[in-house]
Amino acid sequence: MSLLELDDVKVHFPVRKGVLFNRTVGHVYAVDGVSLKVEAGQTYGLVGESGCGKTTLGRGVLRLVDITDGEVVFDGTDLAKLPEEEMRRYRRRLQMVFQDPLGSLNPRQNIESILSEGMAAHGIGKDQDERRERIKEILAKVGLPTNALSRYPHEFSGGQRQRIGIARALVLEPDVIICDEPVSALDVSVQAQVINLLEELQESMGLTYLVIAHDLAVVRHISDVIGVMYLGSLVEEAPSDALYAGPKHPYTKALMSAVPVPDPEVEDRRERILLQGDLPSPANPPAGCRFHTRCPWAQDRCAAERPVLTDVGDGHKVACHFAAEIEAGTLELTRPTGIEAVTETKAVAAEGPDADKVAIPAQSSGDQPAEKKAEKQEQDSAEADALAKADALAKADAPVEADAPAKAEAPAGADEAAEADALAKTDDVPPADDADAGKADADDADAPESDASGAESAKTG
Amino acid sequence: MALLSVEELSVTFTAKGRKDSTAVDGVSFDVDQGQVVGLVGESGCGKSVTSLALMGLLPGKGVKVGGRAEFDGKDLLSMSPRKLRDMRGSQLAMIFQDPLSSLNPVVPIGVQVTEILERHRGLKGEAARKEAANLLDRVGIPDPTRRLKEYPHQLSGGMRQRALIAMAVACAPRLLIADEPTTALDVTIQAQILELLKELVDQEGTALLMITHDLGVVAGLCDQVNVLYAGRAVESAGRRELFAHPTHPYAHGLLGSIPRLDAPRGEPLSPIRGSINDRIAWADGCAFAPRCDYYTMECLTGTPELTEPRAAGHQVRCVNPVLPKPKAEVSA
Repeated sequence: MSLLELDDVKVHFPVRKGVLFNRTVGHVYAVDGVSLKVEAGQTYGLVGESGCGKTTLGRGVLRLVDITDGEVVFDGTDLAKLPEEEMRRYRRRLQMVFQDPLGSLNPRQNIESILSEGMAAHGIGKDQDERRERIKEILAKVGLPTNALSRYPHEFSGGQRQRIGIARALVLEPDVIICDEPVSALDVSVQAQVINLLEELQESMGLTYLVIAHDLAVVRHISDVIGVMYLGSLVEEAPSDALYAGPKHPYTKALMSAVPVPDPEVEDRRERILLQGDLPSPANPPAGCRFHTRCPWAQDRCAAERPVLTDVGDGHKVACHFAAEIEAGTLELTRPTGIEAVTETKAVAAEGPDADKVAIPAQSSGDQPAEKKAEKQEQDSAEADALAKADALAKADAPVEADAPAKAEAPAGADEAAEADALAKTDDVPPADDADAGKADADDADAPESDASGAESAKTG
Repeated sequence: MALLSVEELSVTFTAKGRKDSTAVDGVSFDVDQGQVVGLVGESGCGKSVTSLALMGLLPGKGVKVGGRAEFDGKDLLSMSPRKLRDMRGSQLAMIFQDPLSSLNPVVPIGVQVTEILERHRGLKGEAARKEAANLLDRVGIPDPTRRLKEYPHQLSGGMRQRALIAMAVACAPRLLIADEPTTALDVTIQAQILELLKELVDQEGTALLMITHDLGVVAGLCDQVNVLYAGRAVESAGRRELFAHPTHPYAHGLLGSIPRLDAPRGEPLSPIRGSINDRIAWADGCAFAPRCDYYTMECLTGTPELTEPRAAGHQVRCVNPVLPKPKAEVSA
């Protein structure tokens, strides 16, 4: 039996319109069916980008926002159905550490008052003296001086304020601490102090954490199990090391590949999957798989049927119809990413110096690329149109690039173009309407139809 | 001759009845054509003030700016405001951290982009609008003609940052200053924006001064990296050299305190103790000494100079650099 179990938790916020009747015209599906288990003494890391509902979920566990549907079972009790007064008593055992340490501390209360308020409310300690002794113990644990008691929040640095926030949670002797972005407001050197503190406290006091953060590296560092959220639901859940070693959901793959690593050796070799566009609105989420509008492998089935989180072995759960196919590499890409470019570039590199010219026919629409070129080099669009018609001809059309400066990175551009050409002949890829793809440098070269890609490489070449 | 050559730049804020506060305390670096130079440091190290001083965007009163900043042979700091206005936008351009507050909320994107084209390139009417659409298209904003009519709040964060970049590169500037361009964005959007910046530098040969706190971003983008602490560069090196052999205890500590995605789990981080508030004035010694694990009494006798302890171009401002430790680890 897990200490904290969430079963199909939903938090929907109504969107209201009108003054008199206050009609509900729709819902923001902030959290839309999340189930997870947090084991005692462990750390569950919830990761996702802004707007994915991770903070709302954390607040929902404490009933700081109303849960629309679902169960939050803590130590055998369903918190979602508790009356307000009983819930208040349960909050002693479930505490929260907030993101903004200054915003979550009352500027007009001193530290003793801040820390003893909760204790008094929950009847911990006979009198203020006993509470003060307890607070002093906790302050020492989180690494603050005892003279902090009579001081006010503004007198502390960001890191110290976050320690106060942690102390406020600890004085109530909670079982579970929900940490909502505990370190994202702090500088790197101080961030490490707070992360280490959280880990030490967990070890010495046997705490259970639910850590909510956007920084994948931080979450991986402190979590035993990681859940990845996208647009209100979990897309993947796995033990920390397994998730890092083999992410299975396309979104997790993209997310992990986007995290910069402070090591040039790694950075230069890193394969990137660049997602196109932005997160869809949670008020109007896409049908089927929430990720299908940005997924590089999206198929017809993804738009129709919403995948459920299923166990694929060793506690690794993934919500994707085609996770196995993607893993095996048998599924063809339907949108450009960075993956193919890395391997295929080598194969077509042999086409060599004149390869960059062939990028132009890869463009699907004649007008846009022509316009684009006009901006940099005075090209007549007739030529571009002609080129767009036949790639074979284009190869011979060398003068296009004649005035482009020969740069050091020309070979990369050449590879890119060559590959784009190769794919254009064989592949049946729908048009990439999003020009983001083109910005992806050599990585995005597998988008023959992406006009940006073609035009950019033409310029680079 | 470097495109931008900054020598002993200092910025001091003065206010009546208060002690002067020195934000930048003698920063020197060069940026060459087509080079990406990084200024890295935590909040309060003076990286943003440096960029504002270079752009002449600091308020006229209550600020003392010292040192020299030569751009293409002309000193930016002593230039007349009129001349500087001509330079800004056309020769020098800046991308700010928060794209929403850097765009005028009551003016459509299109007007804000064409404004620059009218001011610096003399384009008018339809021609300016067409060029603006081209620019938006180039930075990867889909359906640019529609977007031109929209207001900043109608665009997503990543799109706004793209619009800002489009404005910055509108006149093909020779130097682009990016002040934390991806800090307000999600990682997947950050990856898109970094790719875009990389591409602009590669294609146009624009020099880029990248100001960030994120060492991961620096590792992938910058050619030369300057690590700032309390208003001074404490270490300066090529990115490979810096990350392979961080020599200043601060740079060393900074790398030790970042949780890495590819690091094995369970290893505790080695943070730097204290916070940026625990420092002494550079005039009295090394500002980092109170937080430093390696400090000796020698550190408290005057400002340490930048020296070259290792490879050429790798400079460190420290009397007790972290030299032997990495070597010992290798041999052990």
